[in-house]
Parts: sequence; C-alpha cells; structure tokens
Amino acid sequence: MSRKKLSRRQFVAATALSSAALITAPYVRGAYAAGKLSMAFWDHWVPGANKASEELVKAWAEKEKVEVTIDYVPSQGNKNILTIAAEAQAKSGHDIFAMPTWWCHSNSEQLERVDDIMGPIIAENGAVNGTVQYLGQLDGKWLGVPASVGSQIKGPCSRIDLMKKHAGIDVQEMYPAGSPPKADNWTFDTFLKAAEACHKAGFPFGIGLGETSDNVDTAGAIFQSFGAHLVDAKGNLTVKTDAVRQALEFYKKLIGFLPPDVSAWDDASNNKWLVSGKGALIMNPPSAWAVAKRDAPQVAEQCWTHGFPAGPKGRFAPYLPYFWSIWNFSKNKEAAKSLLVHLSKPASIEKMCVASGGYDLPAYEKLTTLKVWQEEGPPKGTLFHYPNPYKHQTLSIAASPAPPKVAQQIYFQATLTKMCLRYHQGEAMEKTLAWAEGECEGFMRS
Amino acid sequence: MVDVTFQPNRVAGAQATRKRGGLRNALRRKSTVAFVMTLPLILLILILVVYPAFYSLHLATLNKSMAKFVGFGNFEFLFKRDTFWLVVKQSCIFAISAVVFKALIGFIVAHFVHNVPAKKQRKWRGMLLVPWVIPPAMSTLAWLWLFDPSYSAFNYTLSFFGIGPIPWTGDAMWARFSVILVNVWYGAPFFMIMYLAALKSVPEQLYEAAAIDGANWWQRIWYVTLPMMRNIIAITTLFSLIVTFANFDIVRILTAGGPLDHTHIFATWAFRVGIEGSDVPLGASVSLFMVPILAVAAIFILRDISKRGNEA
Repeated sequence: MSRKKLSRRQFVAATALSSAALITAPYVRGAYAAGKLSMAFWDHWVPGANKASEELVKAWAEKEKVEVTIDYVPSQGNKNILTIAAEAQAKSGHDIFAMPTWWCHSNSEQLERVDDIMGPIIAENGAVNGTVQYLGQLDGKWLGVPASVGSQIKGPCSRIDLMKKHAGIDVQEMYPAGSPPKADNWTFDTFLKAAEACHKAGFPFGIGLGETSDNVDTAGAIFQSFGAHLVDAKGNLTVKTDAVRQALEFYKKLIGFLPPDVSAWDDASNNKWLVSGKGALIMNPPSAWAVAKRDAPQVAEQCWTHGFPAGPKGRFAPYLPYFWSIWNFSKNKEAAKSLLVHLSKPASIEKMCVASGGYDLPAYEKLTTLKVWQEEGPPKGTLFHYPNPYKHQTLSIAASPAPPKVAQQIYFQATLTKMCLRYHQGEAMEKTLAWAEGECEGFMRS
Repeated sequence: MVDVTFQPNRVAGAQATRKRGGLRNALRRKSTVAFVMTLPLILLILILVVYPAFYSLHLATLNKSMAKFVGFGNFEFLFKRDTFWLVVKQSCIFAISAVVFKALIGFIVAHFVHNVPAKKQRKWRGMLLVPWVIPPAMSTLAWLWLFDPSYSAFNYTLSFFGIGPIPWTGDAMWARFSVILVNVWYGAPFFMIMYLAALKSVPEQLYEAAAIDGANWWQRIWYVTLPMMRNIIAITTLFSLIVTFANFDIVRILTAGGPLDHTHIFATWAFRVGIEGSDVPLGASVSLFMVPILAVAAIFILRDISKRGNEA
C-alpha cells in the first residue's frame, strides 16, 4: 500500500491557505451568538400581565441574538424569597432576579452594581423617589434597576357611597380625576372621625393589625406621619420618643373603630373585607378593586383609590418597589444590563403597566401620568390618583429610615403592629416601648 | 509421562481464582446483598439528610453576613431573647399537648374500630385515615376558612346557638387551641392505625384468661392491652413527638405565628428569622435547638424499649 508523504512546503502552504480562508470568510452569526440569559420575573397577580413582559423580553432576545429563559416566580408562599435565598447560597441560578423591597440590601454582597445603566435610565425617565433610593442603593451605588412590575402604593381605597353617607366625605371631590387633590382637610382627625362614623353605621374601616405586609405597611405610614421611628438612619434607638407615643395613642383610638378580629388579619383579609361590601375603606393597591370588578361589580363601581390622610409630620403613603438585580455570578452581565435597559424604556414600562390594569407603578417621575390610570374604571378615573401624580404625599416604607438590614427585621417581625396591639390590649405605654426597644436592640446584630 | 504438567501462571491464576471466589462469596453473603440494595437509599439520605444537617450546623456557627465564624455566638444571642424563650415554651406546649391528645384519641378510636365487624372495618379504617392522607398544607387551608377571622363557618354555626363570635386565630389562647386542634385532627389517624395493628397482635387467649379471672374491661386494658402495646405506644409517641416539634405548615398557614408571636414554634420562627429576616445563620440556630430536646426524648424512649426487649 503506497502512502503519500506530505512535504514541509506543502504543509506550510496548506496551513497558510486555510488560515487565509478562515480569516476572509464572511462572519456567520448564529441564532444565539450573544449567549444565554435567564431571568426570574415576579409572577403577576393580574391575569395576562406576564404576557407583556414575556413579549418584551422575546423581542429584545431576537434583536440581540441572546437565548433567554424566563421564569415567573410567585410571591405566594414566599416562593420568590426562598428561591433568592437558595440561589444566594448556591451562587448559581438566574442571571437576573426580581428582588422585592429589602432583598437588594440583604444580598448586596452578591449583586452586580448597575450605576452605568441607571444614569441614562434616570435621565430618560426622570428621578426616582426617596424610597427607591433607600432600598435600591448602597453607598450611592445601585444594586438593581427599579422594576415597574409588582411595584405598588398601598393607599386608601374608599367606598364612595359609604363615605359620603356615613362620614360626610366626598372622596371624588377630595381627589378629583384629572386634577390636583383638594385634600387639605384629609387629616388624621378627619380620618378618625370618619372611622368612628363608619364603625357606628356598621361599615368599619378594614385595617389589619396582623403580622403580614399590608398590616405593617399601613402602620409604617401612620407612624411616619407622626415622625415616629424606632431606629434612625444612623442606627440609634429612637423608640422612647413623644412621636412614637403619639402614634400609639392614635392607633389605640383607631383600633376601637376597626373590626374586632383585625389582630388575625393577613394580606387577603382586607381585600375580602372590601369585596364583601362590609367595609367603607381599606389600604391596598388596586388589586382588591380589580377582584371586586370581577366578583362584585356593584362594589367596584363605588371604589375610589386616593391619598393617605396627613399627620402632624406630613402625608406618607406606603410604597413597595421591586428591583431587577443581576447576580454577580451571572455569566452574561453585559447582556443582562442590555435587557434591563430595554425593559426600562418608557414604551416598555407603559406596555407592562397597561397589561397589569394599572396595578404596576413605575418608580420614575415622568411616568406617573400614563393613560392607563386615567382611563381605568368603573368608575372612570378611580385610579387617577393611585400613582401619586401630584406628589402630594411622600412615598415611604415601614421601618425606614433605619439602616435597611435593621429595618427589614422591624418590618418582618411586625414590631409596629405588635406595639399597637400590646398597647391597645392594656399594656402600659412604657412597657410596650421597653419591649420594642429590646426587640430593636436584637435586630441590630451584625 | 509426567505427573504434573508445567503451568507457568499457576500461582497467579490461583490467586485470581481466589479473588474472584472471594468477590463471589462476598456477593453471596446476605449482608453484602442487603448493603448493595440499600445503597441508593443510603446515598439519597447522605445527599438529602446528612449533608443538609451538617451544612445547617456549619451555618449556625456563622455571623449574620455569613462571613465570620462565631462558634456558639448565635445560641448565646438567642438565649438572651425573650421571644426565643416564648417560642421554646410554645413549641413544648404545642408538641406535648398535641401528641397526648393524638395518642388518646387514636387509642380510643382504635378500640372502636377493632370491635367493628371485619367486613365493615375496612371502610371505617379508610374513612378514618382520610385526614392523614390529605397533604396538610391543603387541609389546613380548609381549616383556615373554617377559622377565618371575619367569615368563620364555625362562628356562623355557633351564632344559631347564641354563642360567639370566637376569635379562633385572633386571641392568643384560642389561636393556640386552633393550631393544636388541627394538628390533632391530622395526626390522630396515624396513632389509630398503629394502635389498631398492635391490638390485632394481642393474643385472644390473654383476654380469655383475664375474663376467667374475672377481670373487668378496665383491668383487661390496664393489665393486658397496655402492656402488650407498650412498645408500639413508645415508638409512635417518639415519632409523633419529632414530627410535631418540627411542624411548620399548620402554624404557618393558620396563624403565621400570630397573634403577637403566641403561636410561633421552632420551624415557623426559624423561617421568619432566617428567610423573611434574611438572617440565615440565626434561623439555622433556631431549628437546631430542637435537636438536643428530641435527642434526649429519643434516648429515653428507645432505651426503655430495648430494656423491655432484653427482658423479653
């Protein structure tokens, strides 16, 4: 059998030719030339709302040639925070995760800073509110991009008819659709009188005092309206102050006008209270109204979402933002940032807000007057004041301005609602304050 | 002619044969077969039980940011917290009272079922096992609706008799009662089925002998049934105590630890601290606190069982 020998000259020539061919050949880009990316969105309550984010991501993926996997992780049963904890421990999982309120700070060591994209996003969409900065920044660096999906204000949702009939308050006149609020008289005194009147009429306000988010958020806004903080921004204990005492006194009066079982309320209780037609007011985003629209249209027609009553130190409303954060173990950070920029374009944000029926609330100043809030109904204009378009209330979160890792403990241990209940159940004021101080001392551990 | 042919690899071959024979013998041994057959399960336990257990031990020795070793620092911190001691007290109340009632109800119901004619017994057994076979997360949701603060079906029914409304989950005492009640409802069938099996193994002659001696029903239970069931009662109690101490779903769904932390038990408080409060090491320490309590209970109960076994 003959064997053809390859000479050195032939070998060099062949190598040179093939190298030249490879270099000069046209670059053929594969379908997923820019790699892979996985994203965990918060699974929306509103049916069909996930579709908008899915379409946006797919459009971006096709354009950028990135293979994107999307997961919708629900917050029911704390599935999302369990997954976050697991991914943080495993240092593996999605590239981008929708972090609820406190989770940017609690995972700050493992999150990619996104200042490079936040600058242009803010320049395009307008400034963000103080709560978004408080929850999304560490030492001035952004830990995530504020997500419109899932972000919400938990303001009052009142029954127009019941408030007019029993409390003599016309909520539509106070917060007219299409024009600024005329709510100077909407103070804690007015609120308390209205609560008493509605309670006497058999339609008490539905404000919970349990240990879940809705209950704590309302207590947080009320405490802040009195200037009452358990821990200040520097981490000093400020429990034993007159402001905290005033807030507790106010709550003691208010609890007397609430349903007797509010200590056992969870996040579903206030929604049920409104939908059943038993109450004149609850503190909730428009999800309760949306359920009423489906299950009890006669109730939904009478609902009006509006601003919080003002306290001695101002008008505060609970605001709970989500953030899209990139894990530092992500293998495609540049693609992740590009996707977040795409999702933060005004057109993308509007698309997601519309799909959520106005539930989602962008964090940016220029995006609080979208058409969706003007048009949603019945009654038309019911959501006009939901996004705080005239900035007449300060958006805040319970337990702030304490350092976020301490505030998270105060929030999830429901220290505020527990204090209110203890005092209402007859415990001496100073004993309640001493208990809260002891709890907060424990939350300071590092 | 030679008697023995030359075999150059004879020694090596014999060794190989011996080795093969050794392996074959080992494989023939019952203990080896048993080990090989249980190996998948052992591996599963190593991955899903032993590794997480040691990992949680490791976590419990870290500081909040999980960057520093603090030894028993987390436990020292917990021992100074009033809420922690409240949780310890409640976990004991919850587990002990639930296990006592489950055992009592299981024992009584097992006797009733044992006395039902054989044909109908199967139906009763099936029906009585229903609470135990439904996933507790689902059945507790049904209980949650029954106890709902504003729309409780129990309160609605009681209102016809002029009773209530009872704050099932809104008052500390009633909330504790409610979570224990649901746990008893869920766990009693397990006791019932175990006791029923034990009752069936008690020789009928013993009862006949007791009857001849003039023993009444109580004496028959005290001197025949209970001694014969002692081991099964001890083991069932131990298992149930472990499971009840580690309960999570019932309390989490029904009260989430409220009102004012008065229904928190180890697992629910560990979740609150570790996952919701993002303090994983402290959460791990809370869960691990159960281990010595249960270990002591297990040592006493199992020692008693083995002592009786030796006596027998």
